[in-house]
Amino acid sequence: MKILICLSNVPDTTTKAKFVNDNTAFDTTGVQWIINPWDELALTRAIELKSDAANSIDNITVITVGGKDAEPTMRKALAIGADDAVRVDAEPKDAYYVAAQIAEYLKSNPFDLIFSGIESADYNGSAVGGMIAEFLNIPSISAVSKMNIENGQVNITREIDGGTEDVTSELPVVSIVQKGIAKEPMIAAMRGIMMARKKPLNVVAPVEIEALTEIVNFELPQAKPACKMIEPENVKELVSLLQNEAKVI
Amino acid sequence: MSVLVFTENWDGKFKKMSFELVSYASKIAEMLNTQTVVLSIGDVQEDELKKLGNYAADKIVSVNNDKLKNLDNQVYTSVIAEVATKEEATVVIIAQNNMGKALAPRLSVKLKAGLGAGVSKLPASVEPFTIFKKVYSGKAYSNVVIKSDVKILTLAQNSFEFEENVKSPAIENFEATIGDVKTTVSNVQKQTGKILLNDAEIVVSGGRGMKSGEQWAPIEELAELLGAATACSRPVSDEGWRPHEEHTGQTGKIIAPNLYIAAGISGAIQHLAGISSSKCIVAINTDKDAPIFEAADYGIIGDAAKILPDFIEAVKEIK
Repeated sequence: MKILICLSNVPDTTTKAKFVNDNTAFDTTGVQWIINPWDELALTRAIELKSDAANSIDNITVITVGGKDAEPTMRKALAIGADDAVRVDAEPKDAYYVAAQIAEYLKSNPFDLIFSGIESADYNGSAVGGMIAEFLNIPSISAVSKMNIENGQVNITREIDGGTEDVTSELPVVSIVQKGIAKEPMIAAMRGIMMARKKPLNVVAPVEIEALTEIVNFELPQAKPACKMIEPENVKELVSLLQNEAKVI
Repeated sequence: MSVLVFTENWDGKFKKMSFELVSYASKIAEMLNTQTVVLSIGDVQEDELKKLGNYAADKIVSVNNDKLKNLDNQVYTSVIAEVATKEEATVVIIAQNNMGKALAPRLSVKLKAGLGAGVSKLPASVEPFTIFKKVYSGKAYSNVVIKSDVKILTLAQNSFEFEENVKSPAIENFEATIGDVKTTVSNVQKQTGKILLNDAEIVVSGGRGMKSGEQWAPIEELAELLGAATACSRPVSDEGWRPHEEHTGQTGKIIAPNLYIAAGISGAIQHLAGISSSKCIVAINTDKDAPIFEAADYGIIGDAAKILPDFIEAVKEIK
């Protein structure tokens, strides 16, 4: 079985959003780049599954659409335990553009299991995984919080409103994962970091695709009025404010 | 031409989210000077379907088939696409929830329609079609132009005030083409009687300041009193004090209730990203410099374990 994990290179989740060029571009000054947290959980789960020989997973490949500046993040994924990496050499224009590039790669490089994170920490589109599946006309399962393999069959648990349901699928399938899929992201060991330097990171050329959306500019949220402080012994006053001023209870 | 809105049903019933969707779609239809068509998939009775007319639906298309009992993303997508094409929809509106997030991207490819995910207000203009959405998990917003002929929007829950506008829509039972179902669903487990975090208008949430999972009784009691859902911060779910379904924050659930009560939560930037769209935030924390107070509307500096019992008493007095 071959696993492909779609990775997004995103600003560390503690980053404050700032913009430049008349609020048309994200200010990357001093930003730490990381593997998108959900993609990192997907990678972790894939490595856990591969470590059990009974699952017969031959290979874990990570793929991204991005410039050369995404390579340190790809090396990090290799250090954690991916076997090889692919970078489609293009600036990601929108989710449709990214998904089309990855789908194009998959057409000539088939995989059985494709993982993608439920959203990316930058554009929050929740889109790439489902789009890849539709481009390839294969099933997708979203909001996946558990995944196991038994006798070559992939067993998935997905979250639904107020509960869960178990789903099995024909392969190949795109599994769009969220919290719960792995407990904590795996951290690269020193040996992994050394080995990552020798693992293949293949750069492929993009295909011609037109994006369907375009960001005009960014805005920061408006500053909130100062918090109204209430003395700890006056909880009644708080409840009265919630009832009569904010009118929320 | 039309604006098509797809709403799921919950055991044959619609809920507030459905009416938010229809109301939102009808406003866009007004901007485009066209009609609002609602698509319902699954077994929904006629009197329930008619309720959608209260929010300005002009027409209702109902598709029901045994093969649609469970959600298969591929099959559902092709049904929505078929109806969108039949109704000549130029905009398709879906909820930004588990089902919507599963279907909208597929539909985007199927219809070659640009996707605006997680909108919370009406487009600023329809020519060019410009939407406003959160980016960087709510730390910023962006204005985005959708360039394709057909547009798909997913609407964030509890973000749009729906309005009654009674119409008597025609109901059409439509036989859609159902493709091969390649997934099999089993073992559906649903909590009953509990308010869902995403649906809740009030949320009571606890953080590390609650000190242990055994200290959750006052959170639950207050939630019960207020008809609220319970939630928690990431460390709490990581420690296993509470189930991960309750984790609100950037990597957990993103919510927008009318009232969010944060007890013993310091308010790390990732937590704020998940709750900052709440209409009113109350913070209770021992540390006066905790960032939660910057996001909060009302605050009390103090130990949540000591303050919550008083809070409960005060609420009991007004209820």
